[in-house]
Amino acid sequence: MRETTRQEDFLRGVWRENPVLIQMLGLCPALAVTNNVENSLAMGLATLFVICGSSLLVSLGQRFIPGEIRISVYILIIATFVTVADLCLEALVPDIHKALGAFIALIVVNCMILGRQEAFASKKPVGRALLDALGTGAGFSIALVMLGAVREVLGSGSFLGVPLFGPSYEPWIVMILPAGGFLTLGVLLLGLAWWQERRTERSPLAGEATAAREAR
Amino acid sequence: MSQVEPDADVLVVVPEQASSLRMLATLGSAGALAGLLIVVVYTITLGPIEAHRAEVLRRAVSEVLNDPARYETLYATPREVFEVPPAEGGEDDVEKIYVGFDEQGRATGVAVKAAAAGFQDLITLIYGFDPATGKLLGMKVLASKETPGLGDKIEKDLVFVAQFRGVPPPLVAVKRATGAAGEIDAITGATISSRAVVRIINRSLAGLRTPIEEHFQEILR
Repeated sequence: MRETTRQEDFLRGVWRENPVLIQMLGLCPALAVTNNVENSLAMGLATLFVICGSSLLVSLGQRFIPGEIRISVYILIIATFVTVADLCLEALVPDIHKALGAFIALIVVNCMILGRQEAFASKKPVGRALLDALGTGAGFSIALVMLGAVREVLGSGSFLGVPLFGPSYEPWIVMILPAGGFLTLGVLLLGLAWWQERRTERSPLAGEATAAREAR
Repeated sequence: MSQVEPDADVLVVVPEQASSLRMLATLGSAGALAGLLIVVVYTITLGPIEAHRAEVLRRAVSEVLNDPARYETLYATPREVFEVPPAEGGEDDVEKIYVGFDEQGRATGVAVKAAAAGFQDLITLIYGFDPATGKLLGMKVLASKETPGLGDKIEKDLVFVAQFRGVPPPLVAVKRATGAAGEIDAITGATISSRAVVRIINRSLAGLRTPIEEHFQEILR
């Protein structure tokens, strides 16, 4: 296998292996808390903090953690950072903390985080583990904010709490309900799949297509 | 036999024994470090968190008591109101109540916290009650998980919330107001949540009204 560059370590999580949009991991928070941009951003950043802290410690401790108990140690580390994030959010932004409710504590069981520890941080040097964690966390945040933006604009007629359409706008309440989360994610994934298919169809055949057109 | 087996034993058992100690040590020290980190963060964040909770309560109390000059925390049971928390182990449920006073030091009303099941989950609210007139002073939902856009109107719909100002309990939630005393016009699309709010206040007042009125007669005398 060829050596990946630092840039690839970071960008892989952001786009090509985006945890929500490509790997379909962490869908529970992605659906549950994305009814507005503010909550989505807070959830994304809290997860980013947890995954960076955990990857750092797991990568630093990879020599000392016996294989038999590695999962327990990873969960312990992740849970510690989640508790820290929970307390800090409650102290700094109590209203957002209230809105996110139990979903902050549930970051512990986000399989995306444990997956990065097991598949990457526990085998790679600290710098690369951190870049990978940053990329995955950023990719997760971007996906959540995309969902949150669509749902807030349609479901509440506002963006980050600022009204967009004036008082005559009748909000689509369904978009801020759970059903809106499924709808938005479904449409987003559909669009992404369609775009990717078109791109893969085009790139190898692009030359042939032009050749055929010229021949005519 | 015999030459191979002990060797196999040695191969299998010895590393495991060594590593179980290591496992204990690793998990133990990881746990200790995690605990230490959490305690440090908890200590740092405790101040702001408690300050915020107290501020939320203070704002809620002054909202449902129409901005009293100050308020006092008392402890109410269905039988009596205490100035200090009654000793542990009593049979009655002890509720914290907040008595508001105006600038002249007269008691103007009492704020009571109450909670019960709504449509989705527990609704926690606080309401103000004036024993002198026998009317409610206001209602504010402190925590609820009612359906966004429908049930959560019990806290966001200002017309609904304003109905609790000056209404004499016991309350009745109705779909079309007839003008009778104690009527609360339920929110369209949120009948269950509206009824839950009315039921929570009725049930809480049914238990605490008598001790609160007796206590007010004492302090107003």
